[in-house]
Amino acid sequence: MSRRTLSLAVAALVAVGLSGCTSNEPTKDSSSGSGKLAVSSTTDKCELSTKEAPAGNLVFNVTNKGTKVTEFYLLGEDGLRIVGEVENIAPGLSRDLVVRAPAGKYFTACKPGMVGKGIRSDFTVTKSDANLEPTGDDKVLADNASTQYGSYVKDQTEQLLTQTTTFVGLYKSGKDDEARKLYADARMHWERVEPVAESFGDLDPKMDLREADLEPGQKWTGWHRIEKDLWPPKSGYTKLTPTERTTIADQLLKDTKTLYTRTRTAKYPTDKISNGSKELMDEVATGKVTGEEEKWSHTDLWDFQANVDGARIGFEGVRPIVKKKNAALDSSIATKFTALQKLLDKHKKGTGFKLYNELTPAEIKELSTGVNALSEPLSKLTAAVTL
Amino acid sequence: MSEEQPTDGEQVSADRGRLSRRRMLGLTGTGAAVGAATFAGGLGIGRATAAEPAAPPTGTSRTYPFYDAHQAGIVTPAQDRLHFAAFDVTTTSREELVTLLQAWSLAAAEMTQGRPAQAEETSYDSPAADTGEADGLPASGLTLTFGFGPSLFRDAQGKDRFGIADRQPKELKRLPHFPSDNLNPVRSDGDLCVQACADDPQVAVHAIRNLSRIAFGTAEIRWSQLGFGRTSSTSKAQTTPRNLFGFKDGTANLKAEDTKDVDTHVWVGGQDDPAAAWMTGGSFLVTRRINMHIETWDRTSLREQENIIGRDRPHGAPLSGGTEFSEPNFTATGRAKEPLIAMDSHVRLAHPTTNKGAAMLRRGYNFTDGNDALGRLDAGLFFLAYVRRPSTQYIPMQMRMSREDTMMEYVQHTGSALFAVPPGAKQGGYIGQNLFT
Repeated sequence: MSRRTLSLAVAALVAVGLSGCTSNEPTKDSSSGSGKLAVSSTTDKCELSTKEAPAGNLVFNVTNKGTKVTEFYLLGEDGLRIVGEVENIAPGLSRDLVVRAPAGKYFTACKPGMVGKGIRSDFTVTKSDANLEPTGDDKVLADNASTQYGSYVKDQTEQLLTQTTTFVGLYKSGKDDEARKLYADARMHWERVEPVAESFGDLDPKMDLREADLEPGQKWTGWHRIEKDLWPPKSGYTKLTPTERTTIADQLLKDTKTLYTRTRTAKYPTDKISNGSKELMDEVATGKVTGEEEKWSHTDLWDFQANVDGARIGFEGVRPIVKKKNAALDSSIATKFTALQKLLDKHKKGTGFKLYNELTPAEIKELSTGVNALSEPLSKLTAAVTL
Repeated sequence: MSEEQPTDGEQVSADRGRLSRRRMLGLTGTGAAVGAATFAGGLGIGRATAAEPAAPPTGTSRTYPFYDAHQAGIVTPAQDRLHFAAFDVTTTSREELVTLLQAWSLAAAEMTQGRPAQAEETSYDSPAADTGEADGLPASGLTLTFGFGPSLFRDAQGKDRFGIADRQPKELKRLPHFPSDNLNPVRSDGDLCVQACADDPQVAVHAIRNLSRIAFGTAEIRWSQLGFGRTSSTSKAQTTPRNLFGFKDGTANLKAEDTKDVDTHVWVGGQDDPAAAWMTGGSFLVTRRINMHIETWDRTSLREQENIIGRDRPHGAPLSGGTEFSEPNFTATGRAKEPLIAMDSHVRLAHPTTNKGAAMLRRGYNFTDGNDALGRLDAGLFFLAYVRRPSTQYIPMQMRMSREDTMMEYVQHTGSALFAVPPGAKQGGYIGQNLFT
């Protein structure tokens, strides 16, 4: 389970406009050829080291030398369209704004105290050799990605609800064999959209907490509580009574319904989708490939596959944007998804997979290497889709 | 505590009568001359002419007295290297245990001054009294700090092991299970511990090796940990180092110079626990081996890293603004009234204001123990913290952090122990003497 997504969800919510370029990452792209542009924001001034720069990736290094929290904007010629912005720069701190800017007339603006129109100046981007493909239809692509991903989440949570309903029914009525059969398959729908499910901080601990994550006195509920009862340790474990089973099962179903309701209307900006893909692979790296997630059932490879599915869908959604902006990254990620899937396919068994404890150390290492190979380029996806 | 606290990084004895000579010895380096004749030269002499050094001693020539009101290695300016060892006592004899503590104290008093562990002559036909690998090396600021685990007092069945169970401090219990703990029992707990800190790894390892050798037959190493790159500052004269996440660590740590805070938060007071009055002037040491998921951290955007920590990476300034040592402003908000320092950020959750004013003196180290079977770095932070009351300082803070800190996504606690660190030994006495007399 992950708590990291909480802050990301917040970050995504405050991101303005899908074409908003709020990367903190200085770019290695040398197309602008001119290093960083220094911006000094004080209470009543907004000074730039230069009034013009060649087209390409521009890096504004904004330092807040005033006493109030400030923001910096690069605005289009009409003074309305936000080309890029960086927010929440506290006094004394510096932040980079990286934007891809074609030749034209712009405005820069510092906004000390984050109110009003800001302190504006003219800014000119001159023609250069930098290869800047038109970016005007980015918003359409981003909207498409968002819509597609939203549908995917809706579909997965719907299937999750259906399967969970069946699963808890079997479990409550003591049909343990059938419940065990359904466990891993039902959970795949959860694992495919894990970053979304986890962004609801109240639900995640109730639904997906592992025994090791418990604190003293905390009530253990959710999937893994049932997992342990269905695959009990050989000694030192007392199976839950029918009454206890009912309580745990009803709680899981109730929480699943809440998740279902909340995901009907949730929105997914592109950076949230791309970050979600990266996080899913982090989940694989820290929990699934180590066999820590499904300690009792050993069905880690089902979760593994589902995380990869979710990451791939997220990637495919934003792919038209990446293809345009960074074709090399796009092909690297695509190739590595294929390679990792091949590795996973080796362990398919019937409609499912081998159990984690049937894998050899060499096979686990091979999977881990595949995860690393994919995760590295995937970690650059967000910067690529937001720039 | 009424004793005068150190006012700079130098360990100052409360006993002013003996102070000047001992201090002079330490500063001039002549005390180290037996084991390290080559080093007693230039540096030390220059030092000796300065009546009261304004800054803590630096460089490998520095020495700290072993016999003192408090044990060295707690408020001592954190050295660069660590070798920490926890021991299981193998004897059932109280007498042998006391003999070990006496022998350890003598050896520690020698080694911290840059001399061999045992001075006596030995036959050419027997092993040398000292293992020899630190010969010719300066004292390198070596400190040796000893502690007692709860299992020294009572065994797993609660039985009194050495007739000291009635003196077990009420604060000395195994640490509770914290959420997400994945503890390796062979890297946790222990009856005795020794923290060896020095600016030269060879000196720290030499010390543990010789103490371990002295202990054979009475105690044996249960687990040990090497550390490099101190991850905190314990003196205002030190710059703030970085942990393996690349962030400055220990900015807000208690510093030796803050003697009032150190009295409040580190040293056990005379009235704290009447049954364990022998702990007066001592402290409690929490050790936690914290593995870092280095690879996933390195794939995380700088934006997210800074939000998790709550400080900026280049300077260590809080995200509410200012410079490294600016006090974080947790009420400051940015766009959409979101707090500039996230609610689940490390700096907010670790801050005394979030923890009923609780603070601690950390002196942790980075570690890398090679790699694991999946090719990932087996690396992280070996956390060491000295507190007066674990039950109100470390435990509630860690409970909150394990539950809420977003950084937990990138770390896993793999070892854990708590030790009672007695006060310093008097000249001619030994560590823990008040416990056994």
